[in-house]
Amino acid sequence: MSNFKTILNGIVKENPTFVLLLGMCPTLATTTSAINGMSMGIATMFVLICSNTIISLLKNLIPDGVRIPCYIVVIASFVTILQMVMQAYLPSLYSSLGLFIPLIVVNCIILGRAEAFASKNGVLASLCDGVGIGLGFTASLTVIGIVRELLGNGALFGFRILPESMNILVFVLAPGAFITLGFLMAIVNKIKDR
Amino acid sequence: MEYFLIFIAAIFINNVVLSQFLGICPFLGVSKKVSTAAGMGMAVTFVLTVAVIVTYALQVWVLDPFGLGYLQTILFILVIAGLVQMLEMVLKKISPSLYQALGVFLPLITTNCCVLGVSLSVAGGTYNTQGLEPNLLTGVLYAFSTALGFALSMVVFAGLREQMALVRIPKSMQGMAIALITAGLLAMAFMGFSGIDHGIAVALGL
Repeated sequence: MSNFKTILNGIVKENPTFVLLLGMCPTLATTTSAINGMSMGIATMFVLICSNTIISLLKNLIPDGVRIPCYIVVIASFVTILQMVMQAYLPSLYSSLGLFIPLIVVNCIILGRAEAFASKNGVLASLCDGVGIGLGFTASLTVIGIVRELLGNGALFGFRILPESMNILVFVLAPGAFITLGFLMAIVNKIKDR
Repeated sequence: MEYFLIFIAAIFINNVVLSQFLGICPFLGVSKKVSTAAGMGMAVTFVLTVAVIVTYALQVWVLDPFGLGYLQTILFILVIAGLVQMLEMVLKKISPSLYQALGVFLPLITTNCCVLGVSLSVAGGTYNTQGLEPNLLTGVLYAFSTALGFALSMVVFAGLREQMALVRIPKSMQGMAIALITAGLLAMAFMGFSGIDHGIAVALGL
């Protein structure tokens, strides 16, 4: 499979949110607005690309019995780097994403791709897989963020589109996250069945 | 009496799954039957309480005095992974019946984000202490009640999903889509609890 196909595969055929159903916690928690959703997606993509590359480089050195703890250490190191960089340069975004930045460590997408792809494939293919899955995750988080922000705040990327009287507050709160994702998933299923 | 408020608030008002979005993966993944959901809830209650004691001790006695705060994430996740492994072995020896009940769920807990999330917020003192000083006692109480809240929402949700197997659902809504919408309605029901902490505080004369 060519590298371009690997990237496309991660965005459409193996979309982490709508097809693989992985990484649900950040998907629901950080999509209160399109910007927040997109930032979370990009942060996850950074960790995913770095960890996929390093793990595929190290795959012959890591003993099979302790591979999961080794993967977790690699992932946690990159998450710590990301955490420190964001704290220094993007403090407002860091505080709005809050606890979910360190929790990228336990995001099943990253460990899942390390186990399913990076530990079996070459460096370049693993890097492309990281880019593809990362873009797929970012795209789905942005879409959920757009829907929730539009319905809940009447805005799009911070610009007001609908008047305040038309806001449905519940879409910014917790129940709205579940319901939005549920209906989006039903739409995706409908399109897939066609 | 503030302790009672921490207990109630962590279970009902700031429910870990339905309002903080921690531990969604097991919530959606192992909630097809009430019995498995209850098993998972018990396992998480057990691990989370122990994990918070250990990580809090590490934060106070190792990370803070030596200025190693930047190692927090790496250290905590390794400690939790090791702890889960150790608990599995200890349980197998001491209480085979409990091991039988929790066995399958224990390895899954390592990647349950509510364990790491709650450990991080207890160690950082960023949880709702209802005006008390954040210390080991309030931290452990908070963790235990949070885990009970997790178990409660798991069991209720599994009960709803069991009933849903008997209903005809449009094809594109089947599976995860309808489960998510059900979870949304459950979250809306739990939103009804917001504000009862104030009422309880008044009733207890705080």
